[in-house]
Amino acid sequence: MTDDVTENDGQLIVQLVGDVDLEHCATIRGLLLDGVSHGKDLLVDLSQVTYLDSSGIASLLEAVQMATKNGTAVKLFAANAQVMRVFELARLDRVFSIHPDLNDAMATGA
Amino acid sequence: MTSIGAKEACPLSEPLELMLEQRFGAVLAGLKVVRGSVLATALHCGFEDAEARDVALAVDEACKNIIVHAYRGESAGDIVLSIYRSRSGIVLYLRDFAPAVDPAQIGPRALDDLRPGKLGTHFIRAIMDSVEYLPPPDGRGNLLQLVKILE
Repeated sequence: MTDDVTENDGQLIVQLVGDVDLEHCATIRGLLLDGVSHGKDLLVDLSQVTYLDSSGIASLLEAVQMATKNGTAVKLFAANAQVMRVFELARLDRVFSIHPDLNDAMATGA
Repeated sequence: MTSIGAKEACPLSEPLELMLEQRFGAVLAGLKVVRGSVLATALHCGFEDAEARDVALAVDEACKNIIVHAYRGESAGDIVLSIYRSRSGIVLYLRDFAPAVDPAQIGPRALDDLRPGKLGTHFIRAIMDSVEYLPPPDGRGNLLQLVKILE
């Protein structure tokens, strides 16, 4: 997987690509926590995520909790139906700020 | 190939037909292929795409529990996956050859617990209709039985 970080209008955008699972979670967790540590809102593009498992959810949850402590936000956007299903199974779809697309994520408070 | 031989403990009463038996190393890098096998088999057995993907996720999480909690991340062991179908659903067995684990140690988290972790077991129990640890045929390792009923 190849992940990408860009900055737009004062917000960091992280694009996750491929399988967000236990095999790759160390890299993904590092990327997310590093993004949150910059003190800016972190927008996570899930459009290229092909698979999400419990460890991927755990990494995202850790980033949300760290952002909350820092007074910033983590917003997720463009999750496909398969990825959304995993959030629903975790019963955390209301814990995460999930948006249909980047514009909605940027325009909406966490 | 090691036969599971535990069909008599299955909660589905109809005759079972073996659809897939696959032995693989207990390493994370191999699980994508396993997910593909489970997805294809579940689809072939009549599950809709979303349900078949759920079953593949449950098996994936169960395999990760074996790798992390039974083999403790060491790549010395194997996992045997067997999938049977009946008229009303499918039965999956995951056999490993690691020291016996206490299922209570890998139980699901409380639903109001927002700490990261322990979600995998919650996924397995949310997706499957029955999740049960059985005595392995020769007393060695662990044997997990997962059942999914066709809606």
